[in-house]
Parts: sequence; C-alpha cells; structure tokens
Amino acid sequence: MFSRVSQWIGVLAFGCLSTAALAQELAPDVLVKSVAAEVLEIVRSDKGIWAGNPKRVMDLAEEKVLPHFNFVRMTALAMGPSWRRATPDQQKLVVDQFRTLLVHTYSAGLTAYRNQTVDYKPLRGKPADTEVTVRSEIRQSGAQAIPIDYNMEKTEGGWKVFDVAIGGVSLVTTYRDSFAQEVRANGIDGLIKTLVEKNKQNAGTRK
Amino acid sequence: MREPHRITPHDYSVEKRPGWSAFFAGLCAGRLAISAILSLHVLMLAGCANVNPRDPLESYNRVVYAFNDAVDRNVLKPVSEGYKFVVPRIARLGIRNFFANLEDLWIGANNLLQLKVGDALSDWMRVVLNTTFGIAGLYDVASDAGLEKHNEDFGQTLGWWGLPSGPFFVIPLLGPSTFRDTSAWYIDAIASPFGAAIGAIDSENVAGIRYGLWTLNIINRRADALGATTLIDQAALDRYTFTRDAFLQRRRNLVFDGDPPREKDPDEESRVREEPSGQASAPVDDAVVNDATSARMTPATVQSEVQAHAK
Repeated sequence: MFSRVSQWIGVLAFGCLSTAALAQELAPDVLVKSVAAEVLEIVRSDKGIWAGNPKRVMDLAEEKVLPHFNFVRMTALAMGPSWRRATPDQQKLVVDQFRTLLVHTYSAGLTAYRNQTVDYKPLRGKPADTEVTVRSEIRQSGAQAIPIDYNMEKTEGGWKVFDVAIGGVSLVTTYRDSFAQEVRANGIDGLIKTLVEKNKQNAGTRK
Repeated sequence: MREPHRITPHDYSVEKRPGWSAFFAGLCAGRLAISAILSLHVLMLAGCANVNPRDPLESYNRVVYAFNDAVDRNVLKPVSEGYKFVVPRIARLGIRNFFANLEDLWIGANNLLQLKVGDALSDWMRVVLNTTFGIAGLYDVASDAGLEKHNEDFGQTLGWWGLPSGPFFVIPLLGPSTFRDTSAWYIDAIASPFGAAIGAIDSENVAGIRYGLWTLNIINRRADALGATTLIDQAALDRYTFTRDAFLQRRRNLVFDGDPPREKDPDEESRVREEPSGQASAPVDDAVVNDATSARMTPATVQSEVQAHAK
C-alpha cells in the first residue's frame, strides 16, 4: 500500500526531481541501466575520451560511476580475515589505495569501449530484498556475449555496487588471494606499500 | 590463524569419480602422462606444508608462466600489435568469425555430450546460417538472427559430468589450464573441425597453409586480447596470482554455463564487522561471502552441484 502511494508520488514529482535525488529512489537495475547508458553516451560522443585523454575518463568515472560503489565493503571482502586485524587507519589507507587502483583499471577499460551493445536481464528476487544481482551482457560478433553482473546492496544513499563479476570472474574474489599473499609475506603495511607502488607505477605509465 | 584453504589433495584425484567421469578420465589419462604429473604433485605436496590446494604446483607453474610471458612479450605481443596496426578491423572481425564458425561444430558436439540438445541444434544451425548467408563464416549472421553463440569445449564437458578441475597447471606456450582441461585440450585439438581440417590439409602436403592458418588464428586471437592483457598489467599486484584466480573462476563459471551454485563458506567468522571510523557499518550475509569464495569446492558440493545440474 505504502509503496504504491510512494510510486504515485514519485510519478507526480518526476518532473521536479534532479537526477541525483532520483538515483536514491531508483530500483537497482534501473540505476545500473541509466548510469551505464549515460556514461556510454558520453564515451561515444567525447572526442577527448576517444583520443585516450586519461584526465577526462577519470573525471567521468569519478563524477558518474564511483558514487554508486561501496569501496569499503569491496575492500573488506577482498581482504577477508585481515580486514578485522587491520587498525582503522590501515583500513582507511587500504580502501583509498584499492579505490585508486580500481578507478584506474576501470578508466582504462572504458577507453577501450567501442560499439558493442549491452543487454540487461530481468531482475530476480523480491521487492523487499536488500541485496540483488543486476545481470547484463555485452554482445559482440563472433564471440560469446560477456556477462557482467553487479552485486548491489541497499543503503540509505541508494543502491551501491559492492562487487562486479565479468564473465563470472568476481573482482573481489580475484584480489582475495593477491591480498592474502601480500599480508602473509609483509603484513598489512606491506599490502598498503604494494598498493601505493602499483598506483604510482600506473600513474607513471599514463601519458 | 586457520589457513583459508578448503580442499584436500584427494578432492581432485580423478580416480575417485565414478561412472562417466571415470570413463572420460580414463580416456584422457591414457593419452597423456597424467599419472606422472600426479605423482609429481603428491611429491610436492609432501614437500611443502603451506601450499595452496588449488595450486600445489605453484613453483613449477610460476616458472612456466614467466617463460610464457617472456615469449609473449618478445614475440607474440609485438607481432599481434603490428598485425592489428596493419590489418583493418573489419578484416580481423571476418577472420575471427571464420574460425569461430568452424569452432561452432565442435561446440555443438560438446553441448550434445552434455545432453543440451537444444543448444547443440542451435550451434549447428549457426554453422549452417553462417556458412551460407554468412559467406563461409566471415559474417556472424546467426547472432543477428538471435542464435546465441555458446562457449563449450571438452574440458567443460568433463566438468559437466562431474570431473573436478584438479590443480592449476600452466602449459608451456599454451598458458593457464588445469589437469582436467589439459587432458581435454588434447581431445579438443584433434577432434575439433579446425584440428581435423588442419590434418586433412596436411595429408595433401601443403604444410604452408596448415601452419599459416594456425598462426593466423593465434595472432588474431592475441590481437583481440591486447586490451585484456594491458588491463591485467595495470590491475594486478601479482600477475601470476591474478591470472590464476581469474582463470579458475572463469572456467568454473563456464562449466556451469554462467550460473555456478553458491557454496557454504567455512570462513564465516572472518566476515566484516568493523568499518573505518566515520563509515557506516556494512552488513554482510552468507550469500555474499559465499560468492566471494565460490571458486573453492569440496567433494560434497561438487557432487550436489552435479546432481542439481543433471535435473
């Protein structure tokens, strides 16, 4: 009952709301779809991005995409048991560095984007769910479509992504062993140091 | 602290799988010197206490990985970059489609072996459409007509019948694999139409065409993957670990056709409980942790997965 009322209010107020405010009300699949469509439209039309201007891509990611990610939870999942052993300061450092690393990787992937089409599959689950997986597929000629799944959770600030799986390869899981390996060898500070160096190296290779 | 490893060595011993899997395992083991590798594996397990159960051959694998990497960096990658620079995109797409069309025959056969008759028929219908309307497979008209391309090979067929992947194994020059997929790769190589066609050409003594096609296929594929390897360079803390973990997840996902079952995670006590100061606490439930560790399997889950799959 209440949800129907709020739906009507939503419809009536639609014209007045800014997109930012709207994002908090959007269903997770609608959110992913609209963000992806908006970003891809910009990538397609922006000459600077086509020319591989990294600053523009980073700005685009920072402004449009990153607000919809929960990096704290991503980092915690990637660190596994080490997360709880880290001090709050260490946790903050790892989150910051991991975020930088993922942003860089994501931006690099975005510049490679060309003319593939993206399909979305119907959302499974109940309206009351606080965690869902939004499934999409990138179609391409002569190859199997690449599934991209966004694992999302409901927060007060709207739905947030806490893991992305490309072709069944989860970002968080793939970093798990790498993080554990660093922590085993050089402790949590060693992991932070490695992440900092990796980010410096990435920043250096960028023109 | 408890090690996060959850598989014991006997979990992936091929001899323990009954029925069909034993049949296939025997088929492959006969062709390859798998027993020799297995005994080496047991020796290495005895030697190191702190070994990743999915990768008991890590020290060997790292050496081969480094070798493959050197070959790639010095030969294959530069050649592929040159190829990509010289050959127009439309031509590269046609070449990719041409080889993909040949592969579809064998993909259909593997779908049939996995009792997915509808998928098999769809794959073969793709071949018919692409070979005729797609001009010998240069155009992928079947995808446009709504017939999806599938990804199957004999390793996935073995996995579908319940054979576990076994330890991670890097093949010299060929790259990441597992014990199961290494043996299956041999079957793929001789049974696929591409392999068979190559063999037929060989009998007419035109080795030039034979090696030319092989090389073209490899370079074209490598050119396709240039973006992906750049991504790994940027994303990975340790490229070996990153590649291994991504590969194993990918294979498991393919065996279950993109929908692998979730698993119970023994590491539940290691869930997130604290957040950095000033951050809201994030709740974590079983499903999430299970997802994050879905690459790890136990014999019981493998068995139940296979049963669930066979329904």
